[in-house]
Amino acid sequence: MAKVVFKRPKSLKENVFHYCPGCGHSIAHRIISEVVDELDIRGITIGVPPAGCAVLAYNYFDVDMIEAPHGRGPAMASAIKRCLPDRVVFSYQGDGDLAAIGIAESFHAANRGENITIIFINNAVYGMTGGQMAPTTMLDQKTTTSPAGRNKTLDGYPVKVCEIFSQLKGATYIERCMVNSPANVIKAKKAIKKAFQCQMDGLGFSLIEILSPCPTNWKMSAFNSCKWIDEVMSKEFPPGVYKDNVASLKKDSEASL
Amino acid sequence: MSGNHIIGEAAIRAGCRFYAGYPITPQNELTEYMAEHIRNAEGGIFIQSESEIAAINMIAGASAAGFRVMTSSSSPGISLKQEGISSMAACELPGIIVNIMRGGPGLGNIRPSQGDYFQATRGGGHGDYRCIVLGPASCQELADLTMDGFELADKYRNPVMILADGMMGQMMEPVIFKKPKPRLYSEKFMLRGAGTGKSKFIRGLLLDPIDSEEHNWKLARKYEVIFRKESRFETYQTDDAEMIIVAYGTAARIAKGAIKRLRGAGMKVGLFRPITLWPFPELQLRSWSSKVRHYLVFEMSTGQMLEDVRLSLQGFADIEFHGRPGGAVPTPAELANVIAKYYEKRD
Repeated sequence: MAKVVFKRPKSLKENVFHYCPGCGHSIAHRIISEVVDELDIRGITIGVPPAGCAVLAYNYFDVDMIEAPHGRGPAMASAIKRCLPDRVVFSYQGDGDLAAIGIAESFHAANRGENITIIFINNAVYGMTGGQMAPTTMLDQKTTTSPAGRNKTLDGYPVKVCEIFSQLKGATYIERCMVNSPANVIKAKKAIKKAFQCQMDGLGFSLIEILSPCPTNWKMSAFNSCKWIDEVMSKEFPPGVYKDNVASLKKDSEASL
Repeated sequence: MSGNHIIGEAAIRAGCRFYAGYPITPQNELTEYMAEHIRNAEGGIFIQSESEIAAINMIAGASAAGFRVMTSSSSPGISLKQEGISSMAACELPGIIVNIMRGGPGLGNIRPSQGDYFQATRGGGHGDYRCIVLGPASCQELADLTMDGFELADKYRNPVMILADGMMGQMMEPVIFKKPKPRLYSEKFMLRGAGTGKSKFIRGLLLDPIDSEEHNWKLARKYEVIFRKESRFETYQTDDAEMIIVAYGTAARIAKGAIKRLRGAGMKVGLFRPITLWPFPELQLRSWSSKVRHYLVFEMSTGQMLEDVRLSLQGFADIEFHGRPGGAVPTPAELANVIAKYYEKRD
């Protein structure tokens, strides 16, 4: 008998992704779905997709989902989780959604220590609207609204979400990953699983940032986009664990039993 | 109890178990009341949000999760909530938004005003939608309409706005809370995890224009039903009236005081008070036009409901207007003098 080595996760609907070839969203969707399957939480998971390319995430994730206005996902997710504390609630947000228009909602959800998970897709541009400058656009990176390259004097600097959010006492687990190579995809999946587990154990706020290729708006091939993440983007946004209170909080909660 | 406290207590009695809000005068007593009392109610959740924008999206999320929900603010804060209100209307999520209006535009001031009538009754945010808007004029009505508001919100799966002002929020009157009805809201509209069943999604985004058009017409048909069934109003001393004052909320209270004085002086003046501001009791007001020719609209604004009165009376009546915008509140005596002037001029 043939052994199944690769199959569609149960929590991923059988719809064809509308994402561009080489886009990181499809990979992120897939690994989130795999985690949902592995933790066996499809029936208790509620997702909040953003405005942006992933606004149609409900076409792909086979879990309950509610669309949030641009940037407001963490406010909505906070409330859903407070109302339904035994559900697993995540928001899925892009860089504009999280680090520009929704920075307040994200920051304060983290600061309140809401027991939710944010999946933060950082592709350094506004993807759906056609590649405008994002808060995470690299210095000198050319976009449709920074045609001469991002200028630090005029446009400011790339916003480092993991570095900033890890300073908040309310945050429990924060890691930055990449999905530009098979090894990195596996690492990202592990981080997502740990974040969901952190939430299921009631340990508080988790955020996984994913450096994600956008070949269309970067005007690069899929291959070169993955290379650009390695050579340029990950220098500004170094991958790694920025905060991990999971083990210590777990010990505390076990000690208090 | 003050008006703000009454709204909070009525909401909790009606089964509201989720409140999110942000401080702004003159509605702070409501947020403070909820902070203390909703948490004492079984399963009650209070979040002091980082902004009015977050608050409205929190109640949207909690509404989807199946809770009775409320947020409150005052004029500038309500402007910030409009994105979320539009989204709730699009997603057909019930919930109550309380606007304790203050003087505007801009930051204006913190005195009572009725300058947000257009915003409230025309939807307020972007897109083709309506909020059910209730305009209480006494503390008793603050209690009753808050309770009714939850029922209307559930029944039509639509946001409901309680449109009061700083005067209503701060005033104190005795009040009797009615017994709330049990909630009738189907679980099929709630988002609580798919369990072993099919997953659901709640959305307002419809990229296909034909789907989107159909969704808009579906909402419009719902608003048509609301317009036909839910219009409410009160009349006072209208039976023999030769002039009718049209006013709502605090302005209607002042008008009643003025009418009492004018009646004492033998002037036949009555009051038509819309209770639902949307749907505006258009047909009911129109039916008076065959009996009474002279109307005076009084608002604490430069004339907003005035447009609805004109639309209702369709040119069959003489309509005058008196307004005190920007946080100014006239006394009944002052208003009586204004009305008397118009009354004596009538032909």
